[in-house]
Amino acid sequence: MKKFTSLSSIATPLDRANIDTDAIIPKQFLKSIKKSGFGPNLFDEWRYLDHGEPGMDNSKRPINPDFILNNPKYSEAQILLTRRNFGCGSSREHAPWALEDFGFRVIIAPSFADIFYNNCFKNGILPVVLSNEIVNGLFEYTGNIVIDLHDQSVTTDEHSFGFDVDPERKRRLINGLDDIGLTLQYEDQIRLFETEHFKKHPWL
Amino acid sequence: MSQTLYDKLMRAHMVHDQDGAALIYIDRQLIHEVTSPQAFEGLALTGRKIWRNKSNLAVPDHNVPTTERSSGVSSITDPISRLQVETLDKNCETFEINEIQMNDIRQGIVHVIGPEQGATLPGMSIVCGDSHTTTHGALGALAFGIGTSEVEHVLATGCLWQSKAKNMKIEINGPLANDVSSKDVALYVIGKIGTAGGTGFAIEFCGSTIQDMSIEARMTLCNMSIEAGAKVGIVAVDDKTISYVKGRPFSPKGEDWDSAVKYWKTLHSDADSNFDESILIDANLIKPQVTWGTSPEMVVDINGSTPDPKLEKDEVKAESIRNALKYIHLEPNTLMSSIAIDKVFIGSCTNSRIEDLRIAASVAKGKKIAQNIKLALVVPGSGLVKKQAEDEGLDKIFKDAGFEWREPGCSMCLAMNADKLEAGERCASTSNRNFEGRQGQGSFTHLVSPAIAVASAIAGHFSEVES
Repeated sequence: MKKFTSLSSIATPLDRANIDTDAIIPKQFLKSIKKSGFGPNLFDEWRYLDHGEPGMDNSKRPINPDFILNNPKYSEAQILLTRRNFGCGSSREHAPWALEDFGFRVIIAPSFADIFYNNCFKNGILPVVLSNEIVNGLFEYTGNIVIDLHDQSVTTDEHSFGFDVDPERKRRLINGLDDIGLTLQYEDQIRLFETEHFKKHPWL
Repeated sequence: MSQTLYDKLMRAHMVHDQDGAALIYIDRQLIHEVTSPQAFEGLALTGRKIWRNKSNLAVPDHNVPTTERSSGVSSITDPISRLQVETLDKNCETFEINEIQMNDIRQGIVHVIGPEQGATLPGMSIVCGDSHTTTHGALGALAFGIGTSEVEHVLATGCLWQSKAKNMKIEINGPLANDVSSKDVALYVIGKIGTAGGTGFAIEFCGSTIQDMSIEARMTLCNMSIEAGAKVGIVAVDDKTISYVKGRPFSPKGEDWDSAVKYWKTLHSDADSNFDESILIDANLIKPQVTWGTSPEMVVDINGSTPDPKLEKDEVKAESIRNALKYIHLEPNTLMSSIAIDKVFIGSCTNSRIEDLRIAASVAKGKKIAQNIKLALVVPGSGLVKKQAEDEGLDKIFKDAGFEWREPGCSMCLAMNADKLEAGERCASTSNRNFEGRQGQGSFTHLVSPAIAVASAIAGHFSEVES
């Protein structure tokens, strides 16, 4: 798994609540059997003026100049700043794959949908939950933001805010640990559980 | 100590508990073609094996055509879709996983075939790389959707790390009015608590309304728990659950059946168990529902109107209303019954089971769809649902009324196959999501029950069922 420790970047402000994973990566791109290459189609229906399909040359498509991701000011941004319930809807991991491929490593919002939040950690993306008030403030702020996972802090020129993260998730993200490898350390315990479980529930 | 049903199910699968994160054992993984190829690729790259082949069951559903497909996978004309279905077939062969292939009569939407085959049983822990896995909670199972990394994790380890959700009780009492279905109950609940109202919670549905519901109706309700943001949606096991499960291909037989029933009868929340949140709903207040916007929480009674953003005090919410109305090409304060529709879709893991089709057919019987309806689709949830419907003559009722009768699959719910809306088209849909572009870029989705979908197809605009 990709590591995450800290970064410093401006944030792209995407001022909208309830952004769903269909908007993050539309269904036609889910037909791919690969994990990479989704970045050019991140927010496809908002980013381009035409209808996107897999296999198109995205550099030749007409872009929507009003959409924030197309503003050259944010082309190097690694932080996405957005509103409540980000990532609701479908469980598609193609959503964090597309965000990561595009260049986002941190998403700040007042809340996230469960499955999406979980999927971020598997892909080296840090989802940061901050209060509505702080998020409102960050929407007004245009400077650099420093995100430090070790200290669990979000720092602007004027303020520093703490955020919560599950300690085990933090450890795995900081060290880039392989989830499956870690779980297989419990192999004997799983076998033992399984034997008892099937003895109690032989129909399974 | 008294426990909720969710707590009991978590405890029964707990392999290891570490600082609030639990390693839980997964009894069943359901697999489809869209969220699994990268998981199998991961296994191949690391040389890892499947932990327990028997726990897995696969079926292609998202990409399959619903039109003539007797030549099998080669009848999928889109080469990228075809490759995805072929990849599932190949992976299941290589990794020795039981797969119901595209032209098997048992094929269908993963959340329809699980219960239908008895592959979903009460008390099981069930995952699938699909958010609507909450459906299976209707049978008293611990069931939730996961991402592809977790699909790979379950394939390789038989387990999953989970943080414990909080408990929410939604108690609904009283009889439902005629033409009000569990779909309306689901939409009504989401309208009340919002699409993030259930985030971080396991919702247990209970009360006399739920007790009176059939198992299929409960599946519709649990299916849409994810639209309220919930981790799982569950209903306690009762006699209906046990009779539903009996005699299905994967269901236990003989002595195993007897011991299973004994265990399943313990699958309910203890009388004095503690819920972090409780919501009480009076079923008498629930009317047929229709969504007006681009989120399932944007919902009103069928005889209601679109909202007026000027009356909303919260500016973020007012902006959401303005955005949604702008996208969906509707003015504030528009009567829903005055809105004309172009297409109708009856199907999806929410509403494609035999009872849904029976209700839809009872409204369609002897009627014709309106002149302005360009296409009205009925897509059964599985090959077996299709056969049952045909045995009962429902297909003939639909075809006589002007509906197209299709092959099973996810179809126009998410439009990954050829069934989609064109830009600017408005659809009355029995599916579960009305997000922007969900059924086709620039298209407008309104979520309704099967009865309202048919009544609206006949009227040409959103309509109640004629009495």
